[in-house]
Amino acid sequence: MPLTPVLTKRFGTNAPWLLENYLKLDGYAGLRKALRMQPDELIALVKESNLRGRGGAGFPTGMKWQFIPQAKPGEQALPHYVVVNADEGEPGTCRDLPLMMNDPHSMIEGIIIACYAVRAERAFVYIRGEAVHAIRRVSQAVEEAYAEGYLGADVLGSGVRVDITVHAGAGAYICGEETALLDSLEGKRGQPRLKPPFPATNGLYDAPTVVNNVGTLASVPYIVLGGAGWHKQMGPDGSPGTSIYSLSGRVANPGQYEAPMGTTLRELLELAGGMSRGKELKFWTPGGSSTPLFTKEHLDIPLDFDSVAKAGSMNGTSALMIFDEDDSVVRAVLKWTQFYEHESCGKCTPCREGNYWTAQILERIWHGEGTPADLDTLLDIGDNMLGRSFCALADGAVSPIASSIQYFRDEYLALMKQPSLTGAAS
Amino acid sequence: MSSFPTSGSAGGETDVPRRPGGRLALLDIERPGNPEVFSAEVRAAAAELIARYPEGQSRSALLPMLHLVQSEQGYVTPDGIAFCAEQLELTKAQVTAVATFYTMYKRQPTGEYLVSVCTNTLCGMLGGDDIYRTLSELLGVGMNETAGTPGEPGSITLEHAECLAACDYAPVVTVNYEFFDNQTPESATELVTELRNGNRPLPSRGAPLCSFREISRQIAGFVDRRPESRSAGGTGGPTEVGVRLAQQRGEQAPSYGPGEQSSRGRASAGRDAAGRDSSTHAERAAAGNTGARTGSSAHDEPLPTAQSNPDAESATGGQGERIEKGE
Repeated sequence: MPLTPVLTKRFGTNAPWLLENYLKLDGYAGLRKALRMQPDELIALVKESNLRGRGGAGFPTGMKWQFIPQAKPGEQALPHYVVVNADEGEPGTCRDLPLMMNDPHSMIEGIIIACYAVRAERAFVYIRGEAVHAIRRVSQAVEEAYAEGYLGADVLGSGVRVDITVHAGAGAYICGEETALLDSLEGKRGQPRLKPPFPATNGLYDAPTVVNNVGTLASVPYIVLGGAGWHKQMGPDGSPGTSIYSLSGRVANPGQYEAPMGTTLRELLELAGGMSRGKELKFWTPGGSSTPLFTKEHLDIPLDFDSVAKAGSMNGTSALMIFDEDDSVVRAVLKWTQFYEHESCGKCTPCREGNYWTAQILERIWHGEGTPADLDTLLDIGDNMLGRSFCALADGAVSPIASSIQYFRDEYLALMKQPSLTGAAS
Repeated sequence: MSSFPTSGSAGGETDVPRRPGGRLALLDIERPGNPEVFSAEVRAAAAELIARYPEGQSRSALLPMLHLVQSEQGYVTPDGIAFCAEQLELTKAQVTAVATFYTMYKRQPTGEYLVSVCTNTLCGMLGGDDIYRTLSELLGVGMNETAGTPGEPGSITLEHAECLAACDYAPVVTVNYEFFDNQTPESATELVTELRNGNRPLPSRGAPLCSFREISRQIAGFVDRRPESRSAGGTGGPTEVGVRLAQQRGEQAPSYGPGEQSSRGRASAGRDAAGRDSSTHAERAAAGNTGARTGSSAHDEPLPTAQSNPDAESATGGQGERIEKGE
């Protein structure tokens, strides 16, 4: 599978984050073309391209846009909003921040096109608070875009109004969940809402709202320029386009590799120079810590939404954390579980209590004080967490626990007989 | 690295409360605050924040405003809570509920530098746990505690952080949220020693360091005006490794094809309204070639691949050429 830089194609060029340089490299060409189309044509185009959300869930973007209720002729149009989910925080995930650092205008261009398509005049970019480098870069890019007429009351003389507000979070993983993000943006504790109703009808300020990920929106200008057919040339029919695969951990050359959806880990490892310390691959995440672990048995699974789901995990954010035979899967799972325990917002009992208890049980096992019955308890708690909360945090928390017991039960049991083989873990 | 204690917790944090803020912090936050301590300048800044949100939705300014009061006092004090409540017509209980939900709002005085060590799974297992333990011993402090007098030069608050979205640079440490990549216990010791000695080492990426209060002001939404922050490089090896490899291997995404050539957009890019008009004509001409198709299906033409299109290089914007320029 060849590398196909699209979203990353400006990385490494001369200061691509500056508007003048962005313009030299196709910048805002997609917007100019989009403004000559009708909003409904744009929605149809994105639908036809079958672009699926890059934030993890893979929901078809065009459909999301189409769900926004539009006023009939003669009706008073209600305000609509576009909200960008730039709260990147899923463990292992590290592709939106480099995208905003290097190419903030591609996201801004996508936002303006999305606003025009769904008839929203205001957009908010909710950036993770810790990501000051990205906040700074995006804020400066938004200022530049205003100064040059790409934003404001009359975008490029088209009569279309688009305003963007950059909004920093304050340190809460849960705000990457779209309804928690909306509550946070409204100045509340970031806690998920019960769905339905969905943000498309009752989103920010209870108004119709599109919530899209950074990479999703940054993909839009290219789809406008290249067309749906161009986009579908890459990747499988069900999940077309490119994916920025983020390789981290025990690989020789970690980093961002943009390739067609459906590339396998075997291919990606080859690109990344293989494993980093000559050890064998042991376990890995296909799309962040909330996606069930894979092992070396899964090296040839095409990494796209449908194929990964079929193999029992989720494509998620294409965040491939790679661990080798010297890494303790129990330690990894304990640390992830402590993360979910810390980040559970506390609203739903199964998540709040479940993560509290699984963390303690795992800690006990790690200390060599577990019993085989603990594994049954872990799985039982997991069953009671899955699908029983407002959002997917609890489901995500169960993923590493259940999948690690599925593939590495013996390693858990070994810890019970022989306390802490942990020296080798790090 | 078998130095990891066999009975230690995976997070290396048995001696520190996992959640920030103890009883002391709660007592402090229960103190009645005085909003009058904030200057007219801060009030103007608060008004500016409120104006960024739709009318009637001033509460949206709460998170930025909490960053603002933190930038004034080094942490979210009862005064800051009272100020936000006053500005946004909320109760102090409402503001407190929000302030205590988010980990970036500190409830105890914070040092000139907030040093955060990622100890989530990936960074932790690649050395982050060792780094955190080393710094904790070096500074003699635990989670959310400060070495030195908070706010004084060289004072450092230590924390272990959750995934900082820089896993390809693992293990990472941030100072006032600026990244120091690929750290070791030794390099992190050196970094912290420099900070205590009044020096500001350059981060691996992004802008030069400033104080915790200054960075809080930026996070509140006041754009960094330092020229060096605009020119600061955004990239490092792992960010660019894929595009560089693609260039070496002569690989690229398919071109847009003749009907959709981006070079047209490129030609018009950066021009004023006149430039835009000319591209409009070109666009119309191209649209004419596809006959009576509707807008959306016009994009469904089979497109030549980069290999079959001799103009692929220019059609994709001459990507290989551009990357060379950047080097």
